[in-house]
Amino acid sequence: MLLWENDLQILWPTLKLATTVTLLLLFIGTPIAWWLAHTSSWWKRPINAVVALPLVLPPSVLGFYLLLAMGPDGPIGKLTNFLGISSLPFTFAGLVVASVFYSLPFMVQPLLNAFELMGRRPLEVAATLRASPLDAFFSVAIPSALPGYLSAIILTFAHTLGEFGVILMVGGNIPGSTRVASVQIYDHVEAFDYASAHRLSLVMLGLSFIILLILYIWGPQSKKETE
Amino acid sequence: MKEICLNFNISWPSLDFMVDLTIPGQGVTAIFGPSGSGKTTLLRCISGLERVKNGHLSFNGEIWQNDKIYLPTHKRQLGYVFQEASLFSHLSVLNNLRYGQKRIDSSQRKVSLDHAIELLGISNLLDRNPSKLSGGERQRVAIARALATSPSLLLMDEPLASLDNKRKQEILPYLQKLHDELEIPIIYVGHSPEEISRLADHLVVMNSGKVEASGALNTMLNRLDINIGLGEERGVVLEGEIGEVDKQWNLARVDFSGGSLWTPNSKMAVGKKVRVRVLARDVSLAKVRPEQSSIQNQLLGQVNTIIDDERAGLALVSLSSGYSSIIARLTKRAINTLPINLGDKVWIQIKSVALIDG
Repeated sequence: MLLWENDLQILWPTLKLATTVTLLLLFIGTPIAWWLAHTSSWWKRPINAVVALPLVLPPSVLGFYLLLAMGPDGPIGKLTNFLGISSLPFTFAGLVVASVFYSLPFMVQPLLNAFELMGRRPLEVAATLRASPLDAFFSVAIPSALPGYLSAIILTFAHTLGEFGVILMVGGNIPGSTRVASVQIYDHVEAFDYASAHRLSLVMLGLSFIILLILYIWGPQSKKETE
Repeated sequence: MKEICLNFNISWPSLDFMVDLTIPGQGVTAIFGPSGSGKTTLLRCISGLERVKNGHLSFNGEIWQNDKIYLPTHKRQLGYVFQEASLFSHLSVLNNLRYGQKRIDSSQRKVSLDHAIELLGISNLLDRNPSKLSGGERQRVAIARALATSPSLLLMDEPLASLDNKRKQEILPYLQKLHDELEIPIIYVGHSPEEISRLADHLVVMNSGKVEASGALNTMLNRLDINIGLGEERGVVLEGEIGEVDKQWNLARVDFSGGSLWTPNSKMAVGKKVRVRVLARDVSLAKVRPEQSSIQNQLLGQVNTIIDDERAGLALVSLSSGYSSIIARLTKRAINTLPINLGDKVWIQIKSVALIDG
C-alpha cells in the first residue's frame, strides 16, 4: 500500500508540470500563432518549421540539445548564470523550460488554425466599429478563437502529461521533484513490478481518456459560421 | 464644404487603380461598374482598411489622409456594411449592435440603438445568436450595427449581393428609409440598376480601376455618350409626385416636370414624392399622335441625340419632354424609314412605367 501512495504522490509533480507548461505556453503561443497567421513575411516558413520540429524530432534528440543548452556552457545556462539562477538541468524549472519547447507545436497549431479560419474580416469589422487593434484582439479575436484555445490547452496539457524522453534527458529521475508518472512507470517495469506499472498506467489511461473526452464533447465540432 | 475629395493610386498585378474623384458629402452616391473594376477597393481606401501610400482623402472638410496625416479606420466616423454580414458569432444580436455603439462618446450618439433597431425592423431578433438568422436578417442587423455608431458617412459594399431576389425586396425598403430619414451620406456599391435607380442621387461609373464618369443620377442616365453598361436595363429615372389616384382602375398618376404618366398602383397617397423608372426598351416613338393605341402614356417630345446601342441593329434616342429626358431604344431601320431626325417633334409612347416606392 505504501508503494501505491508513492505512486499517487508522483501525480502531483506530473500535474503541476502540465499545468505550468500549459499556462506559460498560452502566453508564448498566442503571439507566435497570431504572427504566423497574419504575416506575409518570408520568415513565416522557417519559423513554422522550427515550431513544428518537436513533432518529428526524437524526444531524446531534443532533450540532448536542451541539456547542452541549459548546461553551464550552453546559452540558456549562461543566461541563468548571469541572472544568478541556479542551473536548470535536473530541476523542476528545467523540466518546465524543456517541456515548453517540446509542447510548443501543440499550443501553436490549433491557435494558428483558429486564427487563420477567422481571417482578417472580423478585425476589419471591429475597426469600422471604432475598436482599436488591441481592443479588437481581446474583444473579437480571442473570443472567436475560443474553440481553438480549448483544443490547444487540452492537447498541450495532455501531451506534457505523457512526455518521457525529454524529461529523462534533462530532468533525470529525482523523486519528489523531477520524477513524473511516465518515468515512474518505466522504473516499475525495469524493476519487474508489473502490478504497480499497471496501476499507474491505468490512472494515466483514465486521465488521458477523460481529457480527450472533454475535448470531443465541448471542443470545436467544426462549428463554422455559415455566413 | 460638403464634399468628399479623394485621390488614390495603386498598382497591383491584378488592378491598376487610379481614382481622383470628388463626390457630394450628402445623399446617396452609387458606385457602379463591372466586377473587378475597383469598387470595393475604393470603399476600402475611404475606410482606411486599405492603406495606400501617397493617398489623399478629405471628408466634408476634415482630413482623413494626406502626406502627413493618416487617420486609422477606428478613428474615422464611418459605418461599413460588408457584402457578407460578418456579424460577430460569439455575441448575440443585441451585443453585436452594442459593440460599436458603446465605443463612441455618448455626446456623439445621434442615432439611438432603439432607432436603429426600429428602422431595420429587428426588435424581435435581439436575443438570438447570429447563426440562427436568415441571410436577410443578418444583413439588416449588420446595417443597424453600423448605424448605431452614428456614422458621419456610411459605406455599403453590395449589401444585397449575397441575397436572393426575395430577400433583396425585403431589405430594399429599409435602405430606402435610410435614404429618406437619416441625413447620413451613403456611398453605395452596387451592380443592380434597380437598386441604383431607387436609392442613388449621384452616380459614379467605374471601369478597370478608373472612374469613367461621375455626376447626378439623372444627368448620368440621360447621357448617351457614356456607356454605363446597363444593357437591357438602360433607362431614365424621373422624379415627381402622385397627382391623382384612380381607385376604380388601380392606377396612379405621377406628375413630373415633363408631363404626367399613369402607372398601376392604388396605394399611394396624393402628393407623395416618388421616382419612376422608364426603360428605353419600353419606349416607342410615333410621328403622329397614335389614336386607338393600348399605350395610354403618350408625351410630346423632341429628339436630341441618336446614338448606336451596344447591340447591333439598335439605336438609342434621347428625347426631351419639358425639362425631363427620356431615352428610347429603337431599331435603326425604324429610325431610317420613319424617319426620325434630330430636332423632330415626336410622340413618345411608354408601354410600362415602374414606380419605385418612395
